[in-house]
Amino acid sequence: MSDEEDKKMIDIYVMGRRYKVPEGLTIMTALEYSGYKYVRGCGCRGGFCGACSTVYRKEGEYKLKMDLACQTAVEDGMFLVQLPFVPAVRKGFEIEDVDPKQNDNVLLEKYPEIARCVSCNTCTKACPQDIKVMDYVQASLRGDVDRAAKLSFDCIQCGLCSIRCPADIKHYHLAQLARRIKGRYIDLESSELAKMVEELQEGKYDEELNKLCSMSKEELKKVYDERTFQKEG
Amino acid sequence: MITMDGYLYYPGCTLKTKASDYEESAMAVMDALGKPLVEMEDWYCCGAVQSLTTDDLMHQLAPIRTMCCAQEEGENELVTLCDMCYNVLKQANKRIKDNPDDLETINEFQDEDPDYLGDVEVYHLFEVLKEMKKEIKKKVVKDLSSLKIAPYYGCMLLRPTEIAVDDTEDPKIMEELIGLTGAAVIDNPKKTECCGSYHTVNRGDIVEKRVKEIVGRAVEDDVDMIVLSCPLCQFNLEYHQRVTDFDVPVLYLTELLAIAFGLEVGLKKHKIDPIKKLKEKDILE
Amino acid sequence: MKVKRDLEFLDKVEELSGQSVNACIRCGTCSAGCPFVKDMDVLPERIFKKIVLGDKEGILEQNTMWICAECFTCSVRCPRDIDIAKIMEAVRQIVLREDIDKVDLDHIQNLEDLPQLAVVGCFRKETA
Repeated sequence: MSDEEDKKMIDIYVMGRRYKVPEGLTIMTALEYSGYKYVRGCGCRGGFCGACSTVYRKEGEYKLKMDLACQTAVEDGMFLVQLPFVPAVRKGFEIEDVDPKQNDNVLLEKYPEIARCVSCNTCTKACPQDIKVMDYVQASLRGDVDRAAKLSFDCIQCGLCSIRCPADIKHYHLAQLARRIKGRYIDLESSELAKMVEELQEGKYDEELNKLCSMSKEELKKVYDERTFQKEG
Repeated sequence: MITMDGYLYYPGCTLKTKASDYEESAMAVMDALGKPLVEMEDWYCCGAVQSLTTDDLMHQLAPIRTMCCAQEEGENELVTLCDMCYNVLKQANKRIKDNPDDLETINEFQDEDPDYLGDVEVYHLFEVLKEMKKEIKKKVVKDLSSLKIAPYYGCMLLRPTEIAVDDTEDPKIMEELIGLTGAAVIDNPKKTECCGSYHTVNRGDIVEKRVKEIVGRAVEDDVDMIVLSCPLCQFNLEYHQRVTDFDVPVLYLTELLAIAFGLEVGLKKHKIDPIKKLKEKDILE
Repeated sequence: MKVKRDLEFLDKVEELSGQSVNACIRCGTCSAGCPFVKDMDVLPERIFKKIVLGDKEGILEQNTMWICAECFTCSVRCPRDIDIAKIMEAVRQIVLREDIDKVDLDHIQNLEDLPQLAVVGCFRKETA
């Protein structure tokens, strides 16, 4: 406890109620410090899974801010609320049916609501990953799957864009479809991948995999930390 | 309005997919005329139809954002090909010029971006071509005199009056441009009537009636093709001929110019194949 | 039939459209030039009459404003310089702003054939 006592304590407001927490905590740890327990809305704690989308406002500011609770430090006078997941519909598809060369408006066909985009840029402002969300929606609308996929590459599907959108667009599902189409139809096939699959099927790595599977957690950690990367080509 | 290297060009979404024939042919024609169209680095969907209520600024955001992009590229002129884009950009631009308060509100809302100062002018490609009649005539290498062509303006080039590229009730700009190719221009009294527009999405029956009237009149006059510049009219007038026994191809004016210039571009995405007709007339081999 | 007068509706239409509905002289030029009258329940100038009367219910049960495709033919021809397209837009907006969609976005036929500007245009005019 002594460490914490040395730290400066700040006030935060969780769903309207005030708590004193040590400075320097993330929103997520500050909520836990305040006595809340995450049953859901919390995943990797590392900024990758997109489960902990959160809304806050700082004292004296009119703007609502969006971020990931695990990646943002609490500040004095912060008003906080955790979001449940965004119940956005993801359209099913067969990868064989979404060839952009057969259908130049494939993204519009799956997500017609992108035609409602008014270019307000609210999505981009909401994105904790600093993705140009509006730009990839616009690229999708004009049939540019490649650009939509590239622009959205860092998306972690937290859903903050979709919950803020006045046009009810499901940005992150749209972007995922764009990336999948790019992977299947636009990117060049990797010869290394085909070779690797063949080797896997031939059982070349069976022995290595079995060895890994039988390791203890500590041994695995050691192997992971000491791993090296093979040079390309 | 002619810059040294050509024109800053706003495509609009449809020209990148369904109406790529239009973009391709317009680019080739302008290249041939020595005034290439240079696409803007950034642009946004204009919204296709202008929002008309006094209090709705939300739907003016996209066109104004695009005008701002032109401004940031250091240009004060913007050329569009699509009639709907032309209409919306021009109307939105006019609205904020007439109502500085609206511009201020929009600029304040888009606080992460530079302010739009209201100095960009929007032009339709036809306005550019009108100034280049001599150059166009010089480039014509194919004899199109066997073709009978009905021009079709639709709505968005001519109405409202304040943004019209020509006389609202009696336009001549297309007749003049088609005439340069040597083709016979057949007057179509339905040329300024609406094709049914976006009703094609969920009220195809309304568009079908319009198409029967507009294309029906062209058939009565025995025209070989209809020429226009709006991608939505182009789609409607060709697609909805499927409920008729008509067979009239509908070309973009720039496709016709490209044919006259001897350029092999466009003519790929038509629902009614124009190549058959052009071969019959010995214009294409 | 007795009309329930809703003068707030008249005010709202004039506010949203910026047009004076009372300037209409019922000459019928708008209806004469409209390419869509065959599909309309009532003619555009009859809508004017209903607006002046404040007959909100009578208007909202008609399809006239939804058949209007904003071609501006009436607007450029009106001898009283009323921008009729703006009146139609105002009436549409009064409905849409109650979060009512006039097109079912999830069940559009032939979506893969449609050019973007048709879809964008339709959604701008028929979704809330």
